[in-house]
Amino acid sequence: MPTCTAKEEQVLWKSSVHSRGSYNAAIADQTANLAIRGLLLFLIGVFLALVLNLLQVQRNVTLFPPDGFASIFSSAWWVPPCCGTASAVIGLLYPCIDRLLGEPHKFKREWSSVMRCVAVFVGINHASAKVDFANNVQLSLTLAALSIGLWWTFDRSCSGLGLGFAIAFLATLTTQLLVYNGLFQYTSPDFLYVRSWLPCIFFAGVITMGSIGRQLAMYEYKVVQEKTHQD
Amino acid sequence: MTVREKLRQKISAGFYWHGLLCASYPVPIILFTAVCILTCCYPLLKLPLPGTGPVEFTTGVRDYMVPPQEPSGDPGERPDWYRGPPVAYIQQVLVKAAVSPWDNRLVPVDAFRSPLGRVFSLLDEIRNHVHSDSSGVRSLEALCLQVTDLLPGLRRMQALLPEHGCLLVSPGNYWQNQRELFDSDPDLLRTVQQYEPKGLHTSATLKDLLFGVHGKQTGVSLNSRNRVVTYTITMALRHYDVRFLGSLRSRLKQLHPSANCSLREEHMVHVHFKEEIGVAELIPLVTTYIILFAYIYFSTRKIDMVKSKWGLALAAVVTVLSSLLMSVGLCTLFGLTPTLNGGEIFPYLVVVIGLENVLVLTKSVVSTPVDLEVKLRIAQGLSNESWSIMKNMATELCIILIGYFTLVPAIQEFCLFAVVGLVSDFFLQMLFFTTVLSIDIRRMELADLNRRLPAEAGMPPAKPGPLRPRETPPPPRPSPHTITLQTPAFRNLRLPKRLRVVYFLARTRLAQRIIMAGTVIWIGILLYTDPAGLRTYLAAQVSEQSPLGGAGLPHLAVAPATPPPELDPMPPPIPQISWGPEDEEGWRRLSYRHWPSFFSYYNITLAKRYISILPVIPVTFHVTPREALETRHPQDTRHAPPLQTDPSPNALPHGAPVQTDLTLYKVAALGLAAGVLLVLLLFCLYRLLCPRNYGQNGVQHGRRRRGDLPCDDYGYSPPVSEISPLLLRGHNMDIECLASDGMLLASCCLAGQIRVWDAQTGDCLTVIPNHGRNQGKSSAVTDLETLGGAEGQDAGGAGYPVRRRAAPSRPTLFGDQPDLTALIDTSFGQQPPSQAPSASSGFDFGGLVERAYLEHEPSVSPVFSAPPPQPVQRRRSLGDQPMAPTDWDSAVWALELRGNLIAAGRSSGKLEVCLWDAVEGSLRCSNEDGVSGITALAFLNNRIVAARLNGSLDFFTVDINKPLGLLQYRGGPGRGSMPPSPCYSSDDVISCQLTRSVQCAHQKPITVLRAAAGRVVTGSQDHTVRVYRLEDSCCLFTLQGHSGGITAIYIDQTMVLASGGQDGAICLWDVLTGSRVSHVYGHRGDVTSLVCTTSCVISSGLDDLICIWDRSTGIKLYSIQQVLGCGASFGVISDSLLVTGGQGCVSFWDLNFGDLLQTVYLGASSEGQGVRQLVVLDNAAIVCDFGSELSLVYVPSVLEKLD
Repeated sequence: MPTCTAKEEQVLWKSSVHSRGSYNAAIADQTANLAIRGLLLFLIGVFLALVLNLLQVQRNVTLFPPDGFASIFSSAWWVPPCCGTASAVIGLLYPCIDRLLGEPHKFKREWSSVMRCVAVFVGINHASAKVDFANNVQLSLTLAALSIGLWWTFDRSCSGLGLGFAIAFLATLTTQLLVYNGLFQYTSPDFLYVRSWLPCIFFAGVITMGSIGRQLAMYEYKVVQEKTHQD
Repeated sequence: MTVREKLRQKISAGFYWHGLLCASYPVPIILFTAVCILTCCYPLLKLPLPGTGPVEFTTGVRDYMVPPQEPSGDPGERPDWYRGPPVAYIQQVLVKAAVSPWDNRLVPVDAFRSPLGRVFSLLDEIRNHVHSDSSGVRSLEALCLQVTDLLPGLRRMQALLPEHGCLLVSPGNYWQNQRELFDSDPDLLRTVQQYEPKGLHTSATLKDLLFGVHGKQTGVSLNSRNRVVTYTITMALRHYDVRFLGSLRSRLKQLHPSANCSLREEHMVHVHFKEEIGVAELIPLVTTYIILFAYIYFSTRKIDMVKSKWGLALAAVVTVLSSLLMSVGLCTLFGLTPTLNGGEIFPYLVVVIGLENVLVLTKSVVSTPVDLEVKLRIAQGLSNESWSIMKNMATELCIILIGYFTLVPAIQEFCLFAVVGLVSDFFLQMLFFTTVLSIDIRRMELADLNRRLPAEAGMPPAKPGPLRPRETPPPPRPSPHTITLQTPAFRNLRLPKRLRVVYFLARTRLAQRIIMAGTVIWIGILLYTDPAGLRTYLAAQVSEQSPLGGAGLPHLAVAPATPPPELDPMPPPIPQISWGPEDEEGWRRLSYRHWPSFFSYYNITLAKRYISILPVIPVTFHVTPREALETRHPQDTRHAPPLQTDPSPNALPHGAPVQTDLTLYKVAALGLAAGVLLVLLLFCLYRLLCPRNYGQNGVQHGRRRRGDLPCDDYGYSPPVSEISPLLLRGHNMDIECLASDGMLLASCCLAGQIRVWDAQTGDCLTVIPNHGRNQGKSSAVTDLETLGGAEGQDAGGAGYPVRRRAAPSRPTLFGDQPDLTALIDTSFGQQPPSQAPSASSGFDFGGLVERAYLEHEPSVSPVFSAPPPQPVQRRRSLGDQPMAPTDWDSAVWALELRGNLIAAGRSSGKLEVCLWDAVEGSLRCSNEDGVSGITALAFLNNRIVAARLNGSLDFFTVDINKPLGLLQYRGGPGRGSMPPSPCYSSDDVISCQLTRSVQCAHQKPITVLRAAAGRVVTGSQDHTVRVYRLEDSCCLFTLQGHSGGITAIYIDQTMVLASGGQDGAICLWDVLTGSRVSHVYGHRGDVTSLVCTTSCVISSGLDDLICIWDRSTGIKLYSIQQVLGCGASFGVISDSLLVTGGQGCVSFWDLNFGDLLQTVYLGASSEGQGVRQLVVLDNAAIVCDFGSELSLVYVPSVLEKLD
């Protein structure tokens, strides 16, 4: 039937137009979303890096010379951006790996839990900065237990654990390399202190940023959790 | 039974009784809890309030003893910091000097040059003063506080502040204590001013430090008011020696007597300084608090389905906060003095204790059956969660125990606090929060009752038994067949006023604002009560400006008896040195950071320590004009402005106030700017972190209009497209039933007219009129039809496509209406219409339609040429009038379509099976065995199941005798999930036999009937669901579990069975065993529609909410608020695509994540009308029901996205 084919053609044409448009829109959309997420994660990373470094300044174990408050922003200006970039990468990597593995992370996926996680992370930093430990072994063990506890409480995914270990190891290695090459130095005399402190903090940070990243990625799919205010 | 199980049961039972208790006696329990909290918080009264201002303590000079290191004696008098020797004793020598009498030859510089010059001789005197008596010889050098280097950061002050020696400062330090430098200094003011900071300053400046009095009091300026120069020589003493100081005092007084000085030299003031918090320490603290508030915000946001969300959130926060206070109080009571900074560990404690338990409790209680009594609900909810709560608590205690064994004192202390906090938090949760929750739920029940009464008027009588004793049983429902149609009462359902008030509060964020205002007030009070703060400043201001000087102001406790000499209303031209009470403690006007910064230059901290300030030694100098002239520097005269040579007393006082005002304004402007910036910053942060726009004004009432599109949390609006759907017009009244098998679409309106459409093209293939009416009693109707037919015959020649068979005829009495014949396709072709109703067995318009259709086919336009809307409406209005009162009894209540057979169940109890195959719309068989109306139909394979109003269930078999034995299959290959339907040709003889009738399938009318996978499932008003086998009509299970009539059922090929009832509950059943898999409460009001996919269950309710549940766990994933009245209109296109109807539009959602994909507007004509029903066809077309019109929408773009 000629009319039918004509109609079908029209429908096909329409559909192709629609699909092309929506495809383009979807692509642009996804990129924009990714960029926004990356930016947010970057900002969070920079902010956390600044705050946590302030904590360390009080301890006088800073990773850069503590010539005063202003010098944080001048002497090691590249540390917060580095932390921001790293956190953006981690935060984007986690949901990506989840998707690749095909199992979306569902354990405690809500903002309150993420906030709790961040608070515990800051608390771990706070403890490492403020609490006097008898020796480095004790500090390391306590921090390690806290970090593992953080993972168990808020993440509980094998991918999270693996990625956390890997990144913590790499980051510690990088820092140590930088230190050995003199690009970067600890001002504090107890060199061991910083070394025992670093991997645990890195691990906890990776878990935290991953949690934030996953939660942000949820927004890509989920629109409105509860529209209770709507009417 | 294992120990674990036993324990679990015990715990559960215990919680159950506790819940009953709490809900039964809410007021006494809340009172008891409040008393407990207050008792536990009582020890906190002793703790000082936060704030960093110094604290003072005054003792007498005469019997002063250095306080002992250990607290002893009466502790009530002296503060606990007053023990041990102070850091230093501060002795100030207050010098007032003036040139007197004032001479006209003098220039303003003279007013302070020679008075300042006297400081050097005075310094020498003090340094060289030696007191000798029986116990030995003492000099200042032996007693004073020896200081070493300045801090390395203060290099530029090195020349000004003493190093390696006595801490003794005076204005002479500006000139290194050398008279020669002073004399040769051409510009004294510049020397003094060059060390002042440029901008605003809050801490002590060098000028304050060296002069020892407030900058404005010094009188070292060109436009000083009374030309009296005031300064001090400040010395810090390490040891307190009464005799040395006494001799120094008397010697200085003797040398430089102060005539009218009446200073009381009896008191020494001890000033204790608290620890200071720097910015660097403050930022992490602030960050933790921000995180804490975010945590609380996100937690309380999850509280749902309660009467007052904010009230409960407040209760939750109160629970946590008061448990913390209680823990601190208890720890203090038992002697565990907190050494940790409370403000620092507080956020972590909150995070450790958490709000989770509270939320879990709320959720559990809320999800108990609504019809239970409140007590029972609370008890059930508590006992459901008891195990997890206890488990969590045990885990947390274990973790804390582990933390205790780290043996780090700080962590141990934290753990101790946390344990006490956890226990008290548990106590409060169990007693306080549970009770508040019970009150809240009771209130909600009452409110719900009020709200639902009109709505329930149309519902069946409440379930039997003692359930919900509070509610009056609503009257029985007259007609159970209009479940899917919403009564107007529901559409006008508005929120109760109280709820709206709560939402208003939530929208305007009143609570937050109150907290903010409270903070501002608190800061204000701190500022005001601060010893060096606003009050003193204000007092000083007033005393400066008041003509009475300081006498009128009782800001010092003891006013002197002597009248102040400044009582003279005219400022004297002769500078008069006066000693007022304000001179007694001139250091009070200094910044409260004066002493800490003074000592911090030498790396001596005053934090948590105190200094003792001894009474000042007054010294007065009178300099004669001659002396002043002698000491004048040659360049001094250059500063003399012509005006100043003859200083008029009235002109002078202007300078200082103007300066003050300027500073004030500067401070105010800067503060304002900072405030605005802060607010902007916070606003940006808020928008960034929490971009939900429910705080916006106006249009978020769930009603979607063109222009304000639904958008997700990022403000991202999905693409909106407008496509012109195929409009299927023809029905005169609202469409009630829709049935489809993918290729064909059958619709039936309230008038009983059935139309069959091609689902691909939207062409109307057949119209089957309501033959019950044609058969009907009144011959007038037939006549009218004849007339209409005749008229139509005339119009038939106009060439309008003959598409419509039996429209409601136009009665002649409306003949004066405009002739719309051309638009109303009433052409009946050639046959006389009177033949149509003649056959009692049915109707046979087949040949007629066939010819008309064949005629028409070549000229079918791609888009259905819709008639203009105005005549359509008119036609409807015409049609309605004769229709309404007529055969209501034979309305079509149920419609099913399989292959090319349509089964229609009528209200009269008649079952009709008519055949359609593009050429015929003939009734092939009918069955009139039943007497009760058919409420639901299922057509599966060759069986038809009919459910009747009286609760009986009839099974029919459709037999086809094929003359040729041909069986054709129709339908797209593999497009749909349904097996291709067999195609019946018109030659077949079709018979429909009643195989079995289950008379009493249900006690009450059957409301829903679904068939799939060889099972027939019925739901009834009697609260039960029954499962029958299709082959032998044997009842397999009776499923009980609902507490209301069943309103929705879903079953599919995979034997998934879900049912929803009037109680708002959704049950998932295992069809093989008949057991209940899960049971959730999700809706307020009836569940109107249910669909399951492989991973989730989608339900819609009378509350216009579409909820998506996880099928395996029964957890609500999310919900979608629908437009009012479109609640039930949704369909699932595939496993991940949901389509919902809206106001003239349909929206597509990603089912897995609740993401709004696209909103499609269906042209202009349907705007404003909500989609009532929505049917998804196999070929991904969507049929929407807009009243009397149908819209056929193709969504190819969505399909593409799926692939």
